[in-house]
Amino acid sequence: MNLKLRRPNTANGRVSARHAAGTAGKEAGISVVDWVDERTSLSGSLRWMMFRKVPKGTNWFYTFGSATMFAFLSQAVTGVFLAMYYDPSPTRAYESARHLTNDVFLGEFVRGMHKWGATAMMVLIFLHMARTYFFGAYKYPRELNWVIGVVLLVLTMMMSLTGYLLPFDQRSYWATIVAVNLNGSAPILGPFLADFLRAGPEFSATTLSRFYSIHMLLVPGAIAALIGAHLYLVAKLGTTAPPWLKAEAPADLRRQEIG
Amino acid sequence: MSVSANALGGIAVAAFALPALGFALGPVFDRGEARWEDVGAVGDFPETTYVPRVITLVPGIGEAGKSTIYVRKHNPSIDGPPKDRYDDFVAISTRCAHLGCPVRYIEASTRFVCPCHGGVYDFQGKVTGGPPVRPLDRFYTRVRGGRVEIGPRYSVNSHLRRFSPRDPGQALDGIGQYAYPGRFSTPSAPPGAQGAG
Repeated sequence: MNLKLRRPNTANGRVSARHAAGTAGKEAGISVVDWVDERTSLSGSLRWMMFRKVPKGTNWFYTFGSATMFAFLSQAVTGVFLAMYYDPSPTRAYESARHLTNDVFLGEFVRGMHKWGATAMMVLIFLHMARTYFFGAYKYPRELNWVIGVVLLVLTMMMSLTGYLLPFDQRSYWATIVAVNLNGSAPILGPFLADFLRAGPEFSATTLSRFYSIHMLLVPGAIAALIGAHLYLVAKLGTTAPPWLKAEAPADLRRQEIG
Repeated sequence: MSVSANALGGIAVAAFALPALGFALGPVFDRGEARWEDVGAVGDFPETTYVPRVITLVPGIGEAGKSTIYVRKHNPSIDGPPKDRYDDFVAISTRCAHLGCPVRYIEASTRFVCPCHGGVYDFQGKVTGGPPVRPLDRFYTRVRGGRVEIGPRYSVNSHLRRFSPRDPGQALDGIGQYAYPGRFSTPSAPPGAQGAG
């Protein structure tokens, strides 16, 4: 028994050989997707995520969140490729960064993407945050998503701090000395926090590898996981209408009001 | 079954989480070793001005482990009597007590000046201007066979009372000495040194 739906162009029998081959390819693709979907029900989740209802008045301001996520993805991808050439040892770090910038094909471009992308990501985060604040989108029931967003902001700042040391030039070295000493100036626990960050009483070889590990493993993992939670809540709770849009009463109610 | 499976899961998580935590926190409790470095003959250092020297604070990491210090002979008319046998030469750290930038000594004004935020210190390293919260740190010095050797660093408060080495930004006067306790990771003071709390 053939349960396949008939397509319009096969029904009338005027199908060229090339067209038939294309159709066969398409059907093969569809059956692969069907095979996966039958075993995962992923299409339902995807539809839930991708085809949400959005309120009237949704505009370009609502794209800052996605833009931030794309900035993070760009950082993740360029970072992975920078890690192929970078060597986090105090005697080799500067030289390996110089090598990947000046000698490696497209190295300057990839490093530039990572460096300027970091700044772009911070700017986009604050634009996204400003939109959420001024549109009142942090209010009930979305407070938890605001909290997750703030944690993401702090994690991104940790990325900025730990990433700044990695080129290991004069600027990054002294900036890190100053940043660690700022942490050390908190009372009681500060001195121990500074020791923890530096992995010892002085800046040492372990400091650089510790910052590198935090920068490329610990914090990105946490950011990726929290972006997942952030997006889940966006899809679950829906987005808000812009504040200048008044709620509309149902048509029959309105007719009553008018008289 | 479910209780024991959960317990086993807990043990399995602890088996990797606790060592990882220890790995990250270990250096905080690891006492550093004192090093002594020769910086020149006794006669190289006058009483009235400083001579710059480069010493290695952290070996094995190249230039990043080196630091400039300023050394002079102890001057009784300025410094009073030596505190102990580690005080015959005064070795001043160039790490600004504000946030750790490198200060330099200006001969004409007999002041140490920090380029970052304008910290100024007098001939003894006491603060005379800007944001630093305590005088410049010093190093224990000793003389071996006519050579001056530089030992571990220590911090001082505004009366030049000694404390175990603190990081920049940590005050040592008044409540500061309690708000910023000494750390486990810094090398101990050399034997017989006077008062380094």
